[in-house]
Amino acid sequence: MEKEIRKRVLKDRVFKKIITLFTYLSIIPLFLIIYFVMARGLKYINLRFLTQLPKPMGEAGGGIFNAIVGSFIIVGIASLIAIPIGVISGIFLSEFKESKISEFIKILVDTLQGIPSIVIGIIAYLWIVKPLKHFSALSGSIALSIMMLPIVIKSTEEILNMVPNEIKEGAIALGAPYYRVVLKVLLPYGFVGILTGILLGISRILGETAPLLFTAFGNQFLNLNIFKPMSTIPYLIFVYATSPYKDWHNQAFAASVVLIIIVLSINLIGRFFEKRWKT
Amino acid sequence: MENIILSIRNLNAYFGDSQVLKNIDLDIFKNKITSILGPSGCGKTTFIRCLNRLHELVPKARVEGEILLNGEDIYKMDTMIVRQKIGMVFQKPNPFPTMSIYDNVLAGYILTGIKLTKEEKDRIVEDSLKKSGLWNEVKDNLFKKGVFLSGGQQQRLCIARALAMNPEVLLLDEPTSALDPISTLKIEELMIELKKSVTIILVTHNIGQAGRVSDYTAFFYLGELVEFGTTTDIFTTPKHKKTEEYLIGKIG
Repeated sequence: MEKEIRKRVLKDRVFKKIITLFTYLSIIPLFLIIYFVMARGLKYINLRFLTQLPKPMGEAGGGIFNAIVGSFIIVGIASLIAIPIGVISGIFLSEFKESKISEFIKILVDTLQGIPSIVIGIIAYLWIVKPLKHFSALSGSIALSIMMLPIVIKSTEEILNMVPNEIKEGAIALGAPYYRVVLKVLLPYGFVGILTGILLGISRILGETAPLLFTAFGNQFLNLNIFKPMSTIPYLIFVYATSPYKDWHNQAFAASVVLIIIVLSINLIGRFFEKRWKT
Repeated sequence: MENIILSIRNLNAYFGDSQVLKNIDLDIFKNKITSILGPSGCGKTTFIRCLNRLHELVPKARVEGEILLNGEDIYKMDTMIVRQKIGMVFQKPNPFPTMSIYDNVLAGYILTGIKLTKEEKDRIVEDSLKKSGLWNEVKDNLFKKGVFLSGGQQQRLCIARALAMNPEVLLLDEPTSALDPISTLKIEELMIELKKSVTIILVTHNIGQAGRVSDYTAFFYLGELVEFGTTTDIFTTPKHKKTEEYLIGKIG
């Protein structure tokens, strides 16, 4: 008997150790990536790098200001398109679970999430770039918004599915019309979760390169016109990293550091909101 | 018959193909507490959910028959008006977690878009919380969120929320089944106090509670109304064998 119990305790310990070990293993690549990129890129980041435009090809120096501005504009517009459509679709899917249309849309959303980003880039090229006859930031935003949509839809749907039925019925039993139940009870209840989903979507599309290759294209200069080509950080990293110039390689690493820091900050902001909301 | 506030006539309720309520005929007397007793699955909850038209929200659920509130068929009235006149408190306390105590009391107004002045709001909040016996416990924390209250306090907050709309009828669906004995006692005392101004229909599992607070008792079994009468009559001289078996604990 004694022996049997000791065996169980031992098994328990080994099991816990294995779980811990594998968790640590899974985060090793993350730390390696961050360490490697930081080690190569951090030393090139300074005010000049963040606020200046790129120098002409082959010339040393210059910054990535145009790409930082471009990323914010393109991702900003993509979010403006994807957030309302995504949240509203998420509400629909969660509210009309039983309907056949919902089932169908859910399959479509899953499929959309699985479509390679390069394909979405090509579609945006065919739909927008070709008819307009030139590359534009707007076409890039649309490609990115298509990538962001399924993330926002699914997170909104899942969060709203978690709203307890008694909360919803409580509101209905007070005589509230349906739209007010959604706006005043369901959405506030799921607010943080929906926001987290949106931030996740934003950090996801911030790093996308492939959909931008044939759409926003890239620009040596600072451009604020969304109907003209515009540079973005991931696109700049792609161009610089595949170039033959040593200086550009270094700048690509520095730009990667900038991108990682932006994405990290967005995630931290999400965490911050989550904590504040709960108290 | 002026003291009858609700008359239920030939009420049948279904979930898809299965019938959960069969030909219910019942009159509810004004300013009295009527308790609905019966074993699990007998249709008690479905019955009161028909009274404020919550039953029809469940997919494939339907209702037949008439429910007259002061002579007017609630199934011909607008659902929002029905639910304002017939308030409900649920089994599990369900204050809105994103709202403060103050807003929770006013939730009926906020959610139906009725505009109130600051004075009206303050008055309604104070009155309703006093009626539900919560005022002294929360008056200094009105703008904190309601979910930090204890279970019993949350339930009294939900009662205050229902009372704020000045309902004619208050439906209580096992309001104390999730609460400790002291909170239960407070809510029972509250019910007796409240019947001066509102008619109460109480669904309960707790035979003792029905005996302590209610004036009339309806006993449901397998979707049928087996017996209805004054609580004293039902408890002392039940006419039906099933009622007796339930009261002495043989079925339940």
